[in-house]
Amino acid sequence: MASNSSGGGSSDRQRIARQRLSRIAGHLQRPADGSSAIVAAECKAHGSQADVPGEEKTVPRRRQEIMKWNGWGYSDSRFFFNKKGQAEFTGRRYRLSGLIIPGLKDWFESTFGASLQHKTPATPILNSSAVQPPTLNEAFVEELKSTGIPLSHDAEDRVFRAHGHCLHEIFALREGKFGRVPDMVVWPNCHNDVVKIVELACKHNVCLIPYGGGTSVSSALECPPEETRSIVSLDTSQMNRILWIDEKNLTAHVEAGIVGQDLERLLNESGYCTGHEPDSMEFSSLGGWVATRASGMKKNVYGNIEDLVVHVKMVTPQGVIEKSCQGPRMSTGPDVHHFIMGSEGTLGVVTEVTMKIRPMPEYQKYGSVVFPNFEQGVACLREVARQRCAPASIRLMDNEQFKFGHALKPQVSSIFTSFLDGLKKFYITKFKGFDPNRLCVATLLFEGDREKVLQHEKQVYDIAAKFGGLAAGEDNGQRGYMLTFVIAYLRDLGMDYYVIGESFETSVPWDRVLDICRNVKARIIRECKDKGVQFSPLSTCRVTQTYDAGACVYFYFAFNYRGLSDPVHVYEQVEHAAREEILANGGSLSHHHGVGKLRKEWMRDTISKVGMGMLKSVKDYVDPNNIFGNRNLL
Amino acid sequence: NGSVFYPKRDDFEDILEERRNSSDLRYALRCYIPVLYKELTPCKASELKSMVLQSDQLRYVINQVCKETGMAADEVQAEAAAILEEMAHRLQLSTIRFFAFTLSKVFKTLFRSICVNEEGIQRLQQAIHEHPVVLLPSHRSYMDFLLMSYILYTYDLALPVIAAGMDFMAMKFVGEMLRMSGAFFIRRSFGGDKLYWAVFSEYVKTMLKNGFAPVEFFLEGTRSRTCKSLTPKLGLLNIVMDPFLKGEVFDVSLVPVSISYERILEEALYARELLGVPKPKESTSGLFKARKVLSEDYGSIHVYFGQPVSVRSLAQNRVDRCQFNLIPRHIPRKPGEDIHSFVNDSAYRLVRAQEENMVLKPWVLLASLLLQNHHQMQVAEQKQEMALDELTEQAVWLRDLSRQYGAFLHWPGTVQAQSSFKTLLKINHGEPCSTVTPEEELLNQAVIILSCASYRNQALHIFLRPALLASAIHTASSSNKQEVYNSFSFLRNMFSNEFILCPGATVQDFEEACYLLVKTGALQINQQEFVVTERGHRTLGFLTRMLDPFLQGYQVVCRFLCEDATEGLTEKQFVPAVRKFIIRHILTGFCRLRYTEVLSSDLQKNSLAALLRLGAVQKLKGYVGVCHPCTSVCFDWLRQKQAS
Repeated sequence: MASNSSGGGSSDRQRIARQRLSRIAGHLQRPADGSSAIVAAECKAHGSQADVPGEEKTVPRRRQEIMKWNGWGYSDSRFFFNKKGQAEFTGRRYRLSGLIIPGLKDWFESTFGASLQHKTPATPILNSSAVQPPTLNEAFVEELKSTGIPLSHDAEDRVFRAHGHCLHEIFALREGKFGRVPDMVVWPNCHNDVVKIVELACKHNVCLIPYGGGTSVSSALECPPEETRSIVSLDTSQMNRILWIDEKNLTAHVEAGIVGQDLERLLNESGYCTGHEPDSMEFSSLGGWVATRASGMKKNVYGNIEDLVVHVKMVTPQGVIEKSCQGPRMSTGPDVHHFIMGSEGTLGVVTEVTMKIRPMPEYQKYGSVVFPNFEQGVACLREVARQRCAPASIRLMDNEQFKFGHALKPQVSSIFTSFLDGLKKFYITKFKGFDPNRLCVATLLFEGDREKVLQHEKQVYDIAAKFGGLAAGEDNGQRGYMLTFVIAYLRDLGMDYYVIGESFETSVPWDRVLDICRNVKARIIRECKDKGVQFSPLSTCRVTQTYDAGACVYFYFAFNYRGLSDPVHVYEQVEHAAREEILANGGSLSHHHGVGKLRKEWMRDTISKVGMGMLKSVKDYVDPNNIFGNRNLL
Repeated sequence: NGSVFYPKRDDFEDILEERRNSSDLRYALRCYIPVLYKELTPCKASELKSMVLQSDQLRYVINQVCKETGMAADEVQAEAAAILEEMAHRLQLSTIRFFAFTLSKVFKTLFRSICVNEEGIQRLQQAIHEHPVVLLPSHRSYMDFLLMSYILYTYDLALPVIAAGMDFMAMKFVGEMLRMSGAFFIRRSFGGDKLYWAVFSEYVKTMLKNGFAPVEFFLEGTRSRTCKSLTPKLGLLNIVMDPFLKGEVFDVSLVPVSISYERILEEALYARELLGVPKPKESTSGLFKARKVLSEDYGSIHVYFGQPVSVRSLAQNRVDRCQFNLIPRHIPRKPGEDIHSFVNDSAYRLVRAQEENMVLKPWVLLASLLLQNHHQMQVAEQKQEMALDELTEQAVWLRDLSRQYGAFLHWPGTVQAQSSFKTLLKINHGEPCSTVTPEEELLNQAVIILSCASYRNQALHIFLRPALLASAIHTASSSNKQEVYNSFSFLRNMFSNEFILCPGATVQDFEEACYLLVKTGALQINQQEFVVTERGHRTLGFLTRMLDPFLQGYQVVCRFLCEDATEGLTEKQFVPAVRKFIIRHILTGFCRLRYTEVLSSDLQKNSLAALLRLGAVQKLKGYVGVCHPCTSVCFDWLRQKQAS
């Protein structure tokens, strides 16, 4: 767990809290940072931009210092199979860190037909000489240098900003292959820096690609190979301050480069939170959320990004766009925020955002419910949505994911716990007659004041009981949410052993949920077979969000690619087919991942020809020379 | 022998053989554990009914009907329940066991063998496990669906529920027996009855979606009286495809089943019916009277379970399923143009798949030859029998030809060819009868001819495309490829009510015909010119003669409409009137009307339908009338051909 600090503190959590405090201490030393006082927004002098030694930032300019260049997340955190063949998770950052996961190997081998004997290790070191030399626009570089904004054309810096986390992107990196990468990276420190950079880019006809947390899964960060101009990656990571907090209106004005975990941590220090927690929140940035219309796990309480944003500032080639006031709602024609939200870096750079904040919840409680089958589980979620009593988060995993979650249980230290686990299992499968190959589990997270949480909890469990659901404990729930953060690390482990996979999502009306889950999973299995995949794939889903009129469904798909000559191509074909199936079953093109370049081909059908024309005409006005040339979306 | 197009087909196994060697009772009572749909949630027939009555679909329509008629909701609900009660099957194993016992006895008496392709059974078993299955047997006899259930029981497959016409239900006791063996009954026509349609379609869909049982129905809608496949009906096919199109199931498997009878039980009945003796109403007593058939030999039956066709793959790149995204799926909607043409094309494909796997017995080829010979003799005004040796020679020639065209022949070893012909002739003997008037004599003769034609018709799908090409070459004004194609296209269009010709596939059919004739050395194409080879004349002659009776039938109907049709002719009066017209002409020997076959009401109805479709005839307020007397292209063409 990266950022949830709540009731029932284990020693783990205390350790993490200590770690955080030390890091926060570093931040507090900076002037004008993170205090609850209202502070004028002012850009720091550029002279001070040479990194202050000793100041610990979550995201340094040189990402390579703490992050993997060819995989997910922190360099110190990864899964591996130890000499005994047991899975371990390294590092000290997560609850699972340093623990042994005894069940993973069997699950891994039996699910994928994989073997620890057959390894596919990644290229260990980034070979800078394999990276194309940069194409620089000298005049632009000269003028930019005179502004003092830090920049780099170091190969490592450029490679880091040339990709998101799509399978094909990571797969290529592991093989040491680099396509077109940005020619230069710049790190603006504030809004005014961005204004200068955009002006210069327009003047010299340079292509700008904004870069936030780099967690895109839509090929949005890929450099268009046909781009002949110099490509400059505009990394917002250093624009990471909370400029002010307004306690009267419960808003905070924040620079858009801040990553989720920093935003929450800094606000927590003042007793607030945004409650926006996308699965990628450790690394993804506020600007990225706005640009992709992100969704957070706890949207039922706090809302999605479009509900949270009060004011946005974006720098475009035509100048800065922002509203003149902070009214909570306006009737002033189409909301211009909606041109910005979801623009995916095609119109400009989001620099500052005013967001709603809430007092930190007094009490948090996890929970879980076991259902005899997925159908009952979905019916329960639907009823919860109908009664509008969804907890902060409610997620329903199918049977395969339930088993997967089970396989990720860390080694239990006490005989008592394992005895208790056995008893639980006996109760559910033998006494209650649940088929272990059909049952599924919902995980819950309640937030609020203690009394209300307990009341709310009872209401939800009562509904669940009507659909045959059995309460299955806090621990199962919490582990479910923990998985969210480590699952991305698991993909890297799979890729060490011929297993590739990815997740994708959609949103769909309630009456279609079951149909879409069944059909997409079956389509994946069939396509794998048709495309010559030798082993049966993992094809699983979960319902991760509920709305009044529908739900968000997440699919996970992975397979063992031994025997395939072009596994990435096969993977892409299957994913393509799965997306077609989603659309044919009334699902949307994306619930929150965005379109990027990966799903562009379906945009016309999704929003109609006229809709495309509307978006195009906005692009043509705002950015006639295609300075923001990442070619996403349209 | 170089066969051009020879699809690989499975081997057969005779299921009666075991019946002859072991106890029928033990067989009927044996342990029966069928493979079921993997996602089946078991439910009783009564639960099924309440699922239907409580479905969103039905509730919506009930509401609609209430609003339209002003009836109370529970009244309409009760009506829906009554419709369902009348319709629903009550499948139970004990009845199936009863049938398993009695049918074993009956089949053993009637038939020499019932041959089933076991590989097809295995494929079917797999399909039933994977997806909801629809069984689509060809329909030539009442026997068909009992036979199907019998076979599925024999092989431990899930028993189907079968869509049957309401006329069966009228049979006391038997109707109920059939109901308990899985038949559900639908009215023959219920045109605008929204409620009926809703109950019916929801009932079928519910059974299909839940994988309750394979759903069986006849694409052709009714028994073919002529042994030609009938133009498929789309209603039920629409219904069973709907759950896939709306994403309610991942896929649906359609399994075409070809049932080939050596001799059909209703053979003589059909011929009489086509000549105007109306079909006797189905009644239990009638069934008992019919028991005399038990003393006759009906040869063998071949049942071929074809390759399951996935609706998903049929629809791939054809249907945009997103069209169902914007309206709640339970609201009934008329299928759009694209869905309609998709279902129609699929239906034709499936009927062709049935045709393809029809097993042809030697007699089918002999009947084709004998009929042609008969007509030639008639023209020459000779009453000459055909020498057995000559017939054998021709039959062997035709056997090789049909094999080259991909026919699924069941041909006994060449050594006993002659003797087996003799046995065949014995099976298919005509009954001698004493006659009084010339008209009666003519009709009696027609019964024999039509019975014979029903055998020839079984082979029509093999020769149809080359025959259309042969006729086109014969009638075209030049041998230029384009000319021939035009002629082919015209003929094909005209005959598309008569034969199974997939809509919009003219070019493919033409190519296929050219390919077959060229490959078999009957035809050469030199620079866009068709040249019939030396040995090709025999083939082309045979092929042309095959279509001749049909051509003449269409001509005579045209003649009738131009010359004899009175004003105010209704569609109902059309057949008797045209029949009278034809009888008169044949008896007076007028206008070289040499094919007694044209007396077939099937042919007459088809030609009227074709003329209506082509706009040569119009229906005005229920009356049939020639449109701009005799000026239509079609008429001109037919007359011109008659003259030549």
